[in-house]
Amino acid sequence: MIETDWIWGLVGGLMIGLAAAVFLLGNGRIMGASGIIGGLVDRTGLGNWAERVAFLAALVVVPALMLPLYAVDVSTNITSNLAVVIAGGVLVGVGTRIANGCTSGHGVCGISRISLRGIVATVFYLLAGGLTMALFRHVFGVI
Amino acid sequence: MQRIFLAALSGGLFGAGLLVSGMTDTTKVQGWLDVFGAWDPTLAFVLGGAIIPMLIAWNMTTRRAHSLVGKPFPPRPEPKLEHNLVIGSVLFGAGWALAGLCPGPAIASLSWGGTGGIAFILAMIVGMMVAQPIKLRIDRIAAL
Repeated sequence: MIETDWIWGLVGGLMIGLAAAVFLLGNGRIMGASGIIGGLVDRTGLGNWAERVAFLAALVVVPALMLPLYAVDVSTNITSNLAVVIAGGVLVGVGTRIANGCTSGHGVCGISRISLRGIVATVFYLLAGGLTMALFRHVFGVI
Repeated sequence: MQRIFLAALSGGLFGAGLLVSGMTDTTKVQGWLDVFGAWDPTLAFVLGGAIIPMLIAWNMTTRRAHSLVGKPFPPRPEPKLEHNLVIGSVLFGAGWALAGLCPGPAIASLSWGGTGGIAFILAMIVGMMVAQPIKLRIDRIAAL
């Protein structure tokens, strides 16, 4: 970790929390990325599709517009191992829909509400993530 | 129209925050999960920072009748812990570690994530499409 990374983490985190606050106080909705995407994918959320599409479009466009401001490398550094990427993607898609939330919904919105479900979900995805990391990086050496 | 604008404002802020915080960099996410390696605590600052405005926002919902657009605030879910919450979160956590991306950062980095990023998003969409049948199957097993 570079020394100033935690400051940017905190600043970015505050922005993420502000985004969730706008969605909650403005539209009366929980800002959960997997729910917003998933409702369009499985058509359970087509009733407010325009709101979802507007959210997702801005989610793509705003960081894209900010990229030129960065002098440093902002690469995602995603692994070139396509099998790992696809396995990860499928697991994230299935898991977040079965659990009804991801890092933003259960994590940011759930923990701040002191929601038991959000806290339990966060504990389990962190534990599973840590265990997967330990196994696949330090035992199998694939990531 | 107002709700579309607010949704875009929220999505834009979310994307900006994800980029600024470094959460679109898979090495930072994997570094956070890698407790036996070169551990990176950045994610704790991101989550901690994000919770602060939301603590205030949830508190504000108790003093207001409804949201700005008139929609009521989401009701508190029953504090019920069922198998789906745990199984789904475990699957999600495993995928999160493998690729270093969760749904928000995956979409936010679409414009610069390259083929790897697009492959992740497509795989995630496929996962979301098959989630419901899998969930029903888990429910059936759990009911035995």
